[in-house]
Amino acid sequence: MFLKEYFKTVYQTISSLLTGMRLTGYYFTHTKEIITQQYPETKPVLADRFRGEVIMPHNETNEHRCTGCTACELACPNGTIKIVTKNEINAEGKKKKAIDTFVYRLELCTMCNLCVQACPSDAIIMSNAFEHSVYDRRLLTKVLNKPGSKIMEGVE
Amino acid sequence: MLEELGTNDQGDMIINVGPQHPSTHGVLHLVITLHGETVKKVEPHLGYIHRSIEKMSESLSYRQFSYVTSRMDYLSSHINNHACALAVEKGLQLEIPGRAQYIRVILDELTRIASHQLWWGALAMDLGAFTPFFYSFREREMINEVMEETCGARLTMNYIVPGGVMFDLHPDFQKKVKIFLAEFKSKIHEYNELVTGNIIFQNRTKGVGYISKENAISYGMTGPSGRGSGFKCDVRKLHPYELYDQLKFEEITEEGGDAFARYMVRIREMEQSMNIIEQLIDNIPEGDFQAKTKAVLKLPKGDFYSRVETARGELGVYIVSEGGTTPYRIKYRSPGFSNLSALNDLAVGGKLGDLMATMGTLDLVIPDIDR
Repeated sequence: MFLKEYFKTVYQTISSLLTGMRLTGYYFTHTKEIITQQYPETKPVLADRFRGEVIMPHNETNEHRCTGCTACELACPNGTIKIVTKNEINAEGKKKKAIDTFVYRLELCTMCNLCVQACPSDAIIMSNAFEHSVYDRRLLTKVLNKPGSKIMEGVE
Repeated sequence: MLEELGTNDQGDMIINVGPQHPSTHGVLHLVITLHGETVKKVEPHLGYIHRSIEKMSESLSYRQFSYVTSRMDYLSSHINNHACALAVEKGLQLEIPGRAQYIRVILDELTRIASHQLWWGALAMDLGAFTPFFYSFREREMINEVMEETCGARLTMNYIVPGGVMFDLHPDFQKKVKIFLAEFKSKIHEYNELVTGNIIFQNRTKGVGYISKENAISYGMTGPSGRGSGFKCDVRKLHPYELYDQLKFEEITEEGGDAFARYMVRIREMEQSMNIIEQLIDNIPEGDFQAKTKAVLKLPKGDFYSRVETARGELGVYIVSEGGTTPYRIKYRSPGFSNLSALNDLAVGGKLGDLMATMGTLDLVIPDIDR
């Protein structure tokens, strides 16, 4: 009786192990079904909505859409965005508020997309870039508006 | 000298597991009293990943505070955001468009499957089988791709916002989810072949980490861990939210109360989640994906509670509002914390090696315990 049980257990053990090994063997011999991506050699294809970092798009004539209303600064939960404004005098001689620097601190950003949702003039968007490593922490503090850029015509 | 430090007056050995131990999946620190190899006492020490999320939320607005909950139980971040959104909507008395409800439920169930898949691979790895980890990540990758396309992130989504969801569905969403369902249905038998039927796995989990139904209830164990002891605690059935009262699905319970029963609950739950998605995926109604809300949300004075079923159990969000734009106090009832409290009861009397199986089948996520 004891021997019978013993051999039954041995049989069960070997058969259950072979069931698992058969599956492993299947993928060992079917290398085409392996889906591993060799990352630095082949770059991943990311979805359009993938949130990598905040950028401010500029057009060909170096114009952006940011009015400096600080809605994104208020919407940000981490204090990632800081907008410094200045007063500009336009062609008609009137004073107008415009952005001086749009400071974006990537090291604080959690890519929650709340700033992009809050923006009333679609001035900022999320880009796909995800390789953010740098050698110096200070390089992560970015100014999003390009030097010499100004606000697009017709954006209030 | 070392012997004196590591022993108590009865000659029992005291050892530390963690805070940096591969089988605790995070910074869980357990102080274990051992008599020979038998566990006499397990004492969890917490606080290594405390970020004071509850206090932090008091200075964040009602739109901002839910993104932090993605970082609590990061494997069911969608469902955490869902709980926060439900609590805020309760306060605002918002009606959610039908399309948003469908999207929310489908994504919740996808998250649940992804979470159980990762748990399955990690549990097998804890018990010494390395290969299943890769098999589980292969299928989980398909869900992650769906999430990436629709939500814009793979782990910390912040996609479910008060009033609905952040974006509309990606045009490929339905097609990709259907491909995933077909693929995973044909692959789930591999899970059973590799691990469930394996004699080593069965010997290491059957009869290990037993807890009775009464004890499970008194410790407040919820989710698959509680249901493994026969405790019917599925919030989706008991307090249905969104569409769950219209859906046909089974509440999975097992009577065993041991590690293997908790394992089987999760394996069978993945099939139920697929069943739920199949009922919804073809009938997503057209319409808005977000209700009209004000730019600044203000909750009336009072307290609001919402509960959801995450992949680990019942998550409660309790908001006390004084009528302003930020909550006065927020309290999260996290499933991981209650499940961990039962660990001493589960592990005492067992061997040290069995502790890994016990802990693995509780499916602990440490940032959820500590917050």
